Amino acid sequence: MLIEEDTVPEPNSDLAVETSDLVKHFGDTRAVDGVDLKVPSGTVFGILGPNGAGKTTVVRMLATLLIPDAGHARVLGHDVVREADAVRSRVSLTGQFASVDEDLTGLENLILLARLLGISKTRSRERAAELLDAFGLEDAADRQVKKYSGGMRRRIDIAASILATPDVLFLDEPTTGLDPRSRNQVWDIVRVLVAGGTTVLLTTQYLDEADQLANRIAVVDHGKVIAEGTSGELKASVGSGAVHVRLRDAGQRPEAERVLTERLGTEVYLEHDPVALTARSADAGRVSGAISELTASGIAVAEFSLGQPSLDEVFLALTGHPAEENDEETEEAA
Amino acid sequence: MSTHSASTHVHNGTPAVDEKLLAALSTRERPTRPNPVQVSLTFGWRALLKIKHVPEQLFDVTMFPIMFTLMFTYLFGGALAGSPREYIQDLLPGILVLTVAMITMYTGLGINKDINKGVFDRFRSLPIWRPAVLVGALFGDVLRYTLASIIVIGLGLLLGFRPDGGALGVVAAVALLLVFAFSLSWVWTALGFLMRTEESLMAVSMMILFPLTFISNVFVDPSTMPGWLQAFVDVNPITHLSSASRGLMHGDVDTSQIGWVLLACVVFVAVFGPLTMRLFRKKE
Ligand SMILES: Nc1ncnc2c1ncn2[C@@H]1O[C@H](COP(=O)(O)OP(=O)(O)OP(=O)(O)O)[C@@H](O)[C@H]1O
Ligand SMILES: [Mg+2]
Repeated sequence: MLIEEDTVPEPNSDLAVETSDLVKHFGDTRAVDGVDLKVPSGTVFGILGPNGAGKTTVVRMLATLLIPDAGHARVLGHDVVREADAVRSRVSLTGQFASVDEDLTGLENLILLARLLGISKTRSRERAAELLDAFGLEDAADRQVKKYSGGMRRRIDIAASILATPDVLFLDEPTTGLDPRSRNQVWDIVRVLVAGGTTVLLTTQYLDEADQLANRIAVVDHGKVIAEGTSGELKASVGSGAVHVRLRDAGQRPEAERVLTERLGTEVYLEHDPVALTARSADAGRVSGAISELTASGIAVAEFSLGQPSLDEVFLALTGHPAEENDEETEEAA
Repeated sequence: MSTHSASTHVHNGTPAVDEKLLAALSTRERPTRPNPVQVSLTFGWRALLKIKHVPEQLFDVTMFPIMFTLMFTYLFGGALAGSPREYIQDLLPGILVLTVAMITMYTGLGINKDINKGVFDRFRSLPIWRPAVLVGALFGDVLRYTLASIIVIGLGLLLGFRPDGGALGVVAAVALLLVFAFSLSWVWTALGFLMRTEESLMAVSMMILFPLTFISNVFVDPSTMPGWLQAFVDVNPITHLSSASRGLMHGDVDTSQIGWVLLACVVFVAVFGPLTMRLFRKKE
């Protein structure tokens, strides 16, 4: 009786964002190359990818700032091209780079945008003051935004996006360059918004962040989704866990690599940091054995930890190359 | 041993901050979409705020007029009309037109600067009547043009300019000039979208403005010019505007000149308004 259910191409009301085969070229660069996304309403969805992966381009198309070359995208059931105004009235975007007027003060910026949204004069003032207070910017209210620090800019930018609570909020790398405290604040904002029913789509370069916040994660590389799932599913696809070791002396790394490979029985990855090594292993017993052996063979270990795989490792596992190399490859291809 | 990427989230914020955050985020009111007039006025307010915070941008509307008025009055006055005082009676309405036409160029530069900054993206992602972004900016510009006009006329009066048409004539001339400047500004908004960099925009604007303002009847009577040049002077809207402006200020206006000016205004807005909006939509 339910056979036909799956084949109906109707917009799905449970999905806040739905894209099919989305494509965007810039000259010869295939910035977005056939992206399919399904973001359930009321969840946090993370787009994880290295520099130049196409994250910003996807988000800008969804926020109606860029017109796709091919494919479709629906936000809250509205087509982003044909029903752009309907989309605009229900979503907000906090771009990767500050998108408030640098010459104006924080307070003036918020009042300006509140007025543009149609909030009354008195209410705009109240709302602006309320948000500045909540975001810890009350002391900077009357200072021009160009005199703000990076973290303050980020916060005023997010505040500007939630003057009227959006149904879908796009955050493009909301915490890149923030200190841990400001980053936690941004995470809190996201959690509170989602608890209130807003759907959040965020891009990030940090697996850690996607893991902390996102219900589902899409990993993108070269404009394509190369993996999608919950963070648990992604980690499982990479391998259960990783051991990170830092040495005191970079010269001892080849020796440490040999010992670890032998004792853990897995491949050891040499990080860019000349004193750091990473290996995939979740077996605490084996790991402690390996560390003891390092010490026993006279290799000074500065610190070690067991943790989740990093973005690098996810990339290594999914694509066979570490994330950092992407930039060069993209440039070569262009 | 803290390089662990799986560290659990630690709350650093005080509970008070979190409560404020909760309260601030709990309002889920959805405002009604504002009408085009409200939005344009809001953008006009933004232009005023920018003047307040960056008063240096008034440099062009104060220094240009003073420099032009003094320079041309004393440079050409003796030679062309016997004395600067004689000359300024005819020159001042023209210099006013030239000055304001020159500074309309900055409208395009303002738009161009905005586009290259993130704030333009934010405006584009709002559900608003889009031309308001430009109309509002033009409101701010009209204020600058008014300021420039007051400076030119004030200085002119000091130097001996005596309009026979009285205050009413002067106000009428300025009003016509403001309408013209507003209309001409759409040429610069279109160019502001078209040109990638400020430098190229500046170069193109100058290339249009210099012939437009100088090949006119602002400085001299065109009757001594060669025929082909006269032909250009005769169709140049700046010529009609400065004739109309002289007429209004001295109380002997030829209404057909005003008609020509208004026609030019309609053409500017009808051609460059839609062109600007088209470029606006296409802008990525
Ligand atoms: N306006 C543009 N013109 C030309 N190329 C562009 C433009 N915008 C993006 N690109 C190219 O498209 C590709 C994807 O860029 P995009 O900004 O979407 O990446 P990203 O994942 O957001 O990277 P980052 O982490 O550095 O922000 C890159 O190769 C970039 O050079
Ligand atoms: Mg980006």
